[in-house]
This record gives sequence, structure tokens and C-alpha cells, in this order.
Amino acid sequence: MSDDELIWRIAGGSGDGIDSTSQNFAKALMRSGLDVFTHRHYPSRIRGGHTYVEIRAAGHEVQSRGDGYNFLLALGDSFARNPQEEAYYGNEELKPLSENLDDLREGGVIVYDEGLLTEDDVAELDLEEKAEENGWHVYPVDLRGLAKEHGREVMRNTAGVGVTAGLLEMDLEHIEDLMSDAMSGDVLESNLDILHEAYEMVGDEIEVEHDLRAPEGEHDAEQALLSGSNAIAYGAIDGGCRFIAGYPMTPWTDVFTILSQNFPKMGGVSEQVEDEIAAAALAVGASHAGAKAMSGSSGGGFALMSEPLGLAEMTETPLVLLESMRAGPSTGMPTKPEQGDLEFVLYTSQGDSSRVVFAPGSIEEAYEQTRLAFHIAWEYQIPTIIIYDQKLSGENTNVDVAFFDREPEPGLGSTLTEEELAEAAHDNSGKFKRFQHESENGVSPRSLPGQKGGRYLATGNEHSPVGHISEDPDNRVYQMDRRLQKLESIREELDEEHESNQAAFGDDDAEYGIITWGSSQGAVQEAVERLNEQGHAVKGLGVSDMMPFPEAEVTDFLESVDEAMVVEMNATAQFRGLIQKELGRFGEKMTSLLKYNGNPFEPAEIVEGYEVNLADEDREPTAQVRIEPAAGD
Amino acid sequence: MSAFNAIGEEREIDREEFTPGVEPQPTWCPGCGDFGVLKALKQALPEVGKTPEEVLTVTGIGCSGKLNSYLDTYGFHTIHGRSLPVARAAKLANPEVEVIAAGGDGDGYGIGGNHFIHTARENHDMTYIVFNNEIFGLTKGQTSPTSPKGHKSKTQPSGSAKSPLRPLSMSLNAGATYIARTAAVNPNQAKEIIKEAIEHDGFAHIDFLTQCPTWNKDARQYVPYIDVQESDDYDFDVHDREEAARMMRETEDVLNEGTVLTGRYYVDDESPSYSQEKKAVGEMPEQPVAERYFDEDAEWERSYDLLDRHV
Repeated sequence: MSDDELIWRIAGGSGDGIDSTSQNFAKALMRSGLDVFTHRHYPSRIRGGHTYVEIRAAGHEVQSRGDGYNFLLALGDSFARNPQEEAYYGNEELKPLSENLDDLREGGVIVYDEGLLTEDDVAELDLEEKAEENGWHVYPVDLRGLAKEHGREVMRNTAGVGVTAGLLEMDLEHIEDLMSDAMSGDVLESNLDILHEAYEMVGDEIEVEHDLRAPEGEHDAEQALLSGSNAIAYGAIDGGCRFIAGYPMTPWTDVFTILSQNFPKMGGVSEQVEDEIAAAALAVGASHAGAKAMSGSSGGGFALMSEPLGLAEMTETPLVLLESMRAGPSTGMPTKPEQGDLEFVLYTSQGDSSRVVFAPGSIEEAYEQTRLAFHIAWEYQIPTIIIYDQKLSGENTNVDVAFFDREPEPGLGSTLTEEELAEAAHDNSGKFKRFQHESENGVSPRSLPGQKGGRYLATGNEHSPVGHISEDPDNRVYQMDRRLQKLESIREELDEEHESNQAAFGDDDAEYGIITWGSSQGAVQEAVERLNEQGHAVKGLGVSDMMPFPEAEVTDFLESVDEAMVVEMNATAQFRGLIQKELGRFGEKMTSLLKYNGNPFEPAEIVEGYEVNLADEDREPTAQVRIEPAAGD
Repeated sequence: MSAFNAIGEEREIDREEFTPGVEPQPTWCPGCGDFGVLKALKQALPEVGKTPEEVLTVTGIGCSGKLNSYLDTYGFHTIHGRSLPVARAAKLANPEVEVIAAGGDGDGYGIGGNHFIHTARENHDMTYIVFNNEIFGLTKGQTSPTSPKGHKSKTQPSGSAKSPLRPLSMSLNAGATYIARTAAVNPNQAKEIIKEAIEHDGFAHIDFLTQCPTWNKDARQYVPYIDVQESDDYDFDVHDREEAARMMRETEDVLNEGTVLTGRYYVDDESPSYSQEKKAVGEMPEQPVAERYFDEDAEWERSYDLLDRHV
């Protein structure tokens, strides 16, 4: 475990401003030159209940949430109190403090609000005893009182940040700048007063006993703090997307919101509609008429989209869909991440249907692969899906802004202009042969309604080259083969013209492999680095191409190792199943490390999984994970 | 040069341009009311000056869904109940395309009922023709949402316990701004109503009574019909919502008793269409989204400019 990192956890009730406070604090840390990574934990309710955000900050690169944390700012849950009677609902008020102690590292720091929690309350927790045992340093501070004195109770977040900055010996400059950007007038004045007073309490009234200080770092280029949802939205914008339709559902709503707020300024259209069937059908309709369109949802909403998805494939209408996974089945755990929808996304919809599925493993990949999804969808006239999860959606990290400094790609791919249509093949009645059998890569270029010389019928039924419904056996086979040909062509293009979407890390010659997909990639990458530092020979592969599957790359990886561990956040080893299905072997080489308790992997859990699984240590893992043995074991 | 030159083209248009050559011939049964819709559309489109290439017909599934196989425009034959969301998005992406959606009573009032309510509510500028023959035809004769109470079919052998849905009243309450009922047996009225619906700037809903000679032999064949505008017995103001609502209720009541009333029931020329509303609040660009992709001078914003940058 690294000593030169701060993992600050702010805990409180939903609706208490935990999110905005942490977002600003993360920005302040980033602006001070640190790399940051956030992890957000929240319940499915609007106000109250235990929620926290962790910010990991270090002078070096960070790819995931850390192992536990070392600084707790426990605000009270203000919604746990009944305002009429000044009473408490059960022991919820104590939760921001009591619920977080398990993960606090040895020697960690606790600040709690003694304006809300009396000594008697805290006594229930045996905090003193636990602190002694774990070497924790506990600082009770009357944050609520301080906030009330200079403004309003709600400003106790600011008091908490001020005390944090004081205890960590941070400069207040960046925090002040961010506050000045966000507020003005009396509110700003009050908050600045509270910030300074809280900061100065450290040393004056609070005696510092701990060693933890804010790490130091420096960026050599401009940075932006952004989430996976931001990255996907930005990838869509740069991919030329200007139409989105959707229905709100956690966690996909974030992307929907970002694009809805930006499209009006960009000549685009956003529509919130009655349900997800409509949402995906709208995206199909807009795409058919000539817009680069997308829709998306999370598991339950995506279930409704399987029908328009099949329509898009059959009519060869380009389309990008997002599937932001949360724990299932059914409504599952709405605000908790899981990687449980892989098989659903790969195989949903009627018949021998196919689509392209990308599962980005980091924020950079989320941007890159969303752009790519638009390129592939419009070039090959096939639905493409970005599958990601609540973790990637909500985590923030800093990215070098130069990464985004590139040209947009608004082209409509294999769509013809009227000049090209004039030269294209037509039938006797003047209809355009939009679905021609003969084509090199499976793609038969299309026209758009309103174009001269492009008249055809798009139909979800099997159809002739001009689009008329056809049950002719020869035509069926031609059309089916042509549509299937697209996936092979896409695989070729991905292999030849694009940098690999798969992320490899660790030593090439390593005898053990850890393979993962999607948002678990960061934690795996960090675990691999740590294992190698400990003297093991391990390498990792984060796979993003789910369909068409990167057979060659995964085969090379698995052939090169003696044993492999497949890491994923679900209970049925879906990705491992996919590998076996696609490659038809390696079943005996692969064991699984599965986690599905609603919390994403910490790197240490993967390290432990390796030790138990591959290094054959004779013990059960302590973390809430499950090991699925290799085939035949 | 525009990317969509078929739009707004001014020339003499022959109705035969809307017939797709020799193939395919309609697969509808002899005597099917769907022929009436096809004929009325072929007559109406040239008269309102629409060329086949500027019209997009979007259909659902069922006998009605095959309309655009036999009508030679740009066409999108979708899936059961989903014609409206596809159609309205096409209109949003390129408002200059003339969008006509069509489907059956099962398709539009049953499985697509939710979309129908919301498309009417939003008052999208399009025409929606529902082939209402009170039966599921292509699946071989099951009770539909407009089948009368007591209707017997293979799936409701004891007779349906449900009252039929009232499409006109439903449409009015949902927010459609042009609502009419016509019948396949009344070609001149049908053509005129379709013309008005196309020219109407808002959601125009036509409940088109189409007889099914194969699966709904018991049903009235919608003759004789009475044109409420032509008859002295029915004096009401189509612009008055209250009067329109009263007439619709009456029409829907008497249809169950065997009297077929047709005509225009509600016309609201005042309310702005959805795209006008959307433009007014700044959610819709002046230039059609679809045009933008062909505009060499278009500036494409970059995500780079959205970043909150900091060293």
C-alpha cells in the first residue's frame, strides 16, 4: 500500500451536498498538481441514507479506487432528523461515522461533526477503543456550529473541507478559486469565512497528532477532471452525433443529461420520450432520415430496446446504443455497479442478429470507443453498443486535455450523395437498390429520404435489393450472408486500421495472466503492477471488444501463460463464458474471481485473489469475492 | 446545392408515379378496405404537390403495414406498434420530409397505444392513418382494441368482455390537432381528408374505417355511412373543442349500434406544432439536423471546447 497517497472519504446523507463538495475538492487536488480518481457510493433514495465519495489523490498515476482509505470526514446525515421534533430516525445520524470504519486504514484520520453527534452517541461505537487499536487519530469538530455562526447549517461541508485542508497542510488557494467560480455575494462571503475559520482552528484549537499530509505533485500539461459519462458524451459529440432520445434510468441518465444540455447549442436535437422502446425507435427513425443518432439505457430499459435493435440491424440503419449496467436481475440494485449484462447485450433480439459491442475499460477508452462506435455504425450500417457500468459512469479522473484535441468526425459513412445516387444501380421501376447482394465487405450503401433517385423501402422483414418484402430462399441466404459478412469486415478493420482496443500491461514473459473486461480494468492493472513489484511474474489484459471478439489477441495472451484468472463483477462468469465460446478452448486454464456485492474491486482483492487462485495459497479469500474453478476442476 | 433535392420539387406529378411498377402486387384479400386507403393516398399526394421522393411513409406490422410496399415513396416498414416513434424522429431529424405514418387498430391503438398518446400530445407535424377494421387480420382474426363488446374470436370464444376503445375521443384528449374519421367505401371524402391532414401543421389523426371481408364478416361493412359535414342533422363547429368532443362521443356510440358517421371532427389551426414549440424554447435548430451533415460550411463543435481545463 502506497504511503504517498491521500484517500479522502466524505460521508453523509444523500442530498447533503456530498457529491458537489467532493467534486470541488477533487478539482482542488487536481489543480494542486495531483492525479485523482473518485469513487461514488450512494443509495437509491433522494435524501438521507448513507452515502460517501472517495477521492484518491497521488503524485503518481492512479487507475482505480484504492484499498480502503486514510481520511474520513464524517458529516452528520441532516435528513436523518425529523425537523418538526428535532428527533432522529433510528441511528441513521451516526451512519456517516459508524458505517465507514471497516475500511479505514491503520493510522487513518477521522474528523466528525460534534455539532451533530454527542459524546454519548459516539460512545456507542467504542470509537476510542477502536482508534487506539488501529492507530486512528480522531478530531471531533463542531462543524455545524461553525457553519451556523457564519451562515447556514448546510455550509458545514465547507467547514469540513477547511478542517481537512488544515489537517493536511494544504494551500487554500485552489479551494477558494473553485468556491468563487461556483458562488457569489453573501453566500460566497459566508463560505469563505467558514473555510478560513475552520482552517485556522487547526493549530489554534486542534492539536495535530497524525503524519498524513496532502501528497505533492505537478502536472506538465493542462488537465480536465471528467467522468466516464462525460467521456462517452464527448466521444459522441466528436463522433458527429447530434440526435439523442432517451428515458431516464440510473446510471445511463448522466450521458443523456450531458448531451441534452449541449445539443441545443450544437444544432442537435434531444428528446425525452415515453419509454425505452420509443427511445431506441426514435434513434432509428432519426438515423434513417440522416442524423447521427443514439439512445441508451440501463439493464431494465435496455430490455425494451431489443425490438428496435433488431429493426436497426435488419434495416441496416446505423445506430449507437449505450448500456450502462447496474446490478440486476430486474431492478436489482439501482445505484450499484455490476458487469452482469454482458450476455444480455451480446445476444438480445430476434434471430441470428449481430451487433458490435465495445466495453471500454477506462475514461480515455470510453471516449475513444464511443467515437469508434459512431464510425463503425455509420460505415457498416450496423448497431453498435457501448456497454459500461455505474462505476465507469460515475468515477472522475483527470485526463490530459491534449487527449481531446482532435478533429470531429461528422461524416455519414457509407451514405450516398445525390450525385452518387445518380450513378448507382436501380431496378426497372426506378427504385434504388439499397440492399444489393453484391458488395465487397457486406456493406451496401444507403440513401436518405428526400434525396433524388434514392427511393427504397426499409423493412424489418427480409427484403429484396430494393427493399420489398421477400421470402425468396436465395435472396434470404444472400442477404443474411451479406449482413454477417459485416462483422468479419469490422474485425479486419479493427485489427488493421485502429490501435488495439485491448489494454495489455505487465511483463510479456509472465507465466500468469489476469484477464478482465470493462471497468474492472483499472483495478486489475494496478494489481498486476503491485504483484510484479512483489516479485511475481504476472501480466494483464483488459478486453474491450466483446463483438466481434478479438480472437487473435486473446488467444495469444492465453497461449502465453500457464494459468489465467478472469476478473469480473458478476456471479456467473459471463466473460469467461464468452472467451470459451469464442475460442473453443482454454477452459482448463482459466479460473474466475467474481465480485457481485455492489462494490467495485479494490486492487488488493485482486492481489489476494491471485495469491489464493494462482499462487495456490491454501486459504479462502477474505474479501467478498467468489472463486469459480477452471473447467474440469 | 442542397442534399435533398427531391424536397419541394415543383412539377406535374402523375399519381401513377406512386405505383411501384409490376411488383409487388398487393397481397390484401379481394374486397379489403386497405385498397381504399392506398387509392386515396395516391390521389391525394399529387394534389397536394408531393413527389414520391419527398414523402416518407412509416408503417407498423399487419396488413396495413404493407401500405408502403404498394405505394412508391420512401418507406420504412417498422415493427408492430412502433411506426410513430420512428416517424416522429424522422420528422425531427429532417422536418422538410413529408411524414405519413400508418398502421392498424391493433398496431396503433393496442401495442402502440402509448406512442399514439404521446405523439398526439406532442402535436408532431405529421399525418397518422389508422386502418380500423376492428380485427387483427394478418394473425387471422383475433379480437382487437376496437372490436365491439361481445365480439367472438378464437382468442375470445365466449365473446369479448371489453368495451371497445374510442380512438377519436382518445386522440382529442391526448392532444391531436386534426381528427377525422373516414371510410374506404367513401373515396372522395377520404381523399379530401387525407389532403387536409397532410396540409395541417400538427398531428393529424385519421381513423380510417376499413372493412375486413375475411376475418370480420360479422362486422358492419361501414355502409351506409353518413358524412357529418354534408348532413343537416349534425351541426357543430369543428374548431370548438367541446362540440367536437360531444360529436365524437356520439359518433363512437352510434358506430357500435350500426350507424357509421364520418367526417372532420376537430381542427385546431392555432396551436403550434411540436417543432415550432421546440424551436421556440431553443431545443431545435433552424437548419434540419440531416442537412447539416452535407453542409460544407457547417462548424462542428468539439468536446475539447467544453473541457474545464486546468494545469
